[in-house]
Amino acid sequence: MASYSTNEFRSGLKVLLDGDPCIILENEFVKPGKGQAFNRVKLRNLMTNRQWERTFKSGETLEAADVLDQDMEYLYTDGEFWHFMKTDGSFEQYPADAKAVGDTVKWLKEQDVYTVTLYNGAPLSVTPPNFVELEVVDTDPGMKGDTAQGGSKPATLSTGAVVQVPLFITIGEVLKVDTRTGDYVSRVKS
Amino acid sequence: MVLRGSREPGDRSWCPTATREMLESRARQSGWVRGFFADRGVLEVETPVLGQCGVTDVNIDSVQARALPVADQAVGSGWLQTSPEYHMKRLLASGSGSIFQVSRVFRNGERGARHNPEFSLLEWYRPGFDDRQLMAEVAELVCGWLGAPPPETLSYRDAMLRHAGVDPFTVSLSALRSTCLGIVGDEATAEGLSRDECLDLLMGVRVEPELGHRSPVFICHYPASQAALARTTLVDGHEVAHRFELYVKGVELCNGFWELTDPSEQRRRFEQDNARRLALGKPEMPVDERFLAALAAGLPDCSGVALGLDRLLMLKQGADDIRQVLAFPAELA
Repeated sequence: MASYSTNEFRSGLKVLLDGDPCIILENEFVKPGKGQAFNRVKLRNLMTNRQWERTFKSGETLEAADVLDQDMEYLYTDGEFWHFMKTDGSFEQYPADAKAVGDTVKWLKEQDVYTVTLYNGAPLSVTPPNFVELEVVDTDPGMKGDTAQGGSKPATLSTGAVVQVPLFITIGEVLKVDTRTGDYVSRVKS
Repeated sequence: MVLRGSREPGDRSWCPTATREMLESRARQSGWVRGFFADRGVLEVETPVLGQCGVTDVNIDSVQARALPVADQAVGSGWLQTSPEYHMKRLLASGSGSIFQVSRVFRNGERGARHNPEFSLLEWYRPGFDDRQLMAEVAELVCGWLGAPPPETLSYRDAMLRHAGVDPFTVSLSALRSTCLGIVGDEATAEGLSRDECLDLLMGVRVEPELGHRSPVFICHYPASQAALARTTLVDGHEVAHRFELYVKGVELCNGFWELTDPSEQRRRFEQDNARRLALGKPEMPVDERFLAALAAGLPDCSGVALGLDRLLMLKQGADDIRQVLAFPAELA
């Protein structure tokens, strides 16, 4: 496995620290002129999502983590695993467990494409696109003439996600939702 | 996946990272520095950037350069100089009198918000000056250009006591390591630090950021183990180096010595450096015999200092990253 020396550290680099895959967030070079150089590094542990601060003597190395982001289409769930397929035409499939899917489960729609982060070839996490389009399966009846006024109500989407929507939204409509905030963005003309 | 290549349309990596205004300020600074020394009768000199020897400093790595050997030169390869110190001291030993130089120097692997592996160094030597007299001249130059109030002076020991809570001369290695554990975050790394490495870490992380905010601060009387090319003396029962540094707004600006002139002590320090380099798995560096021969011939009693001009410009212009004062940082060079 490749390794990186401190002088190759940069944000976004994926390394192994204490056996866990981590992503480097910040790297600060500290060196009193005639003295030993150090790299003060902020990392996020990709297994636990916890942030770490570590200081290394410059010139030390960390092993590269075999972490790779891949675009994959969501296929189906068997209740225990969520199955994804590479979009490169290889039809290779990867089962992601509940830990890897995490909160993204509420945005998973069959045939949509997600970013699956692989660690040693197995899904470590699943990231939804910033915007998804999902159908409303349940909400209180719409009120005509309320398009200009404020006010909102909860709506349940096909994936089970519940988002706050304007009062005029009705069952069967397709909505564009921002997955980063969980906010309603707009109706999608079909 | 799209690979980000240098030929991507709209790629602006050919552009300088310094603004036109910054380039003008750099040019004014160069003129001001030359005027400062012209007024004082200090001779401007130029010495080689590519030399046959690098430095033995444990924590400064020279960049090796390949070159065809010229007549009467034993080895073809050479080293880009990390400072013009040895060549300038050969001039001093030949009777040059007071000299200064603005040169490009190279320190391998140093890149950060205040470091670029190639940078501009102002170095000058004053025969007959001790460290106190040279510190006064450094203060005139730096405070004159920056419009800063006169510097305070703080000993290395007092700075460490005040900002890191340790007495560098009496603290035990285990106490130093446990203080450093709070910074490095893991026990194995902390336990692997030597005494000077612990002190360097505390200096870089706890002390430096606190220095020179009201007025610039000279730090003096470094531990003898960090003397480099300075002479040493006993102060309050501890052997200290006649070495000083100036800090402005948390930025280390220069390093000066009341110069060591004893060739046998100099050779001993070179050999000690190389022994430590080998222990750390770093390459041994050739000892510059011509420099030692100059000391043997007689280096006049003098003080000398090296000052980072890129950082001086950062302070003048309020820049917080060295990229802002360089036309092209290393990664775009």
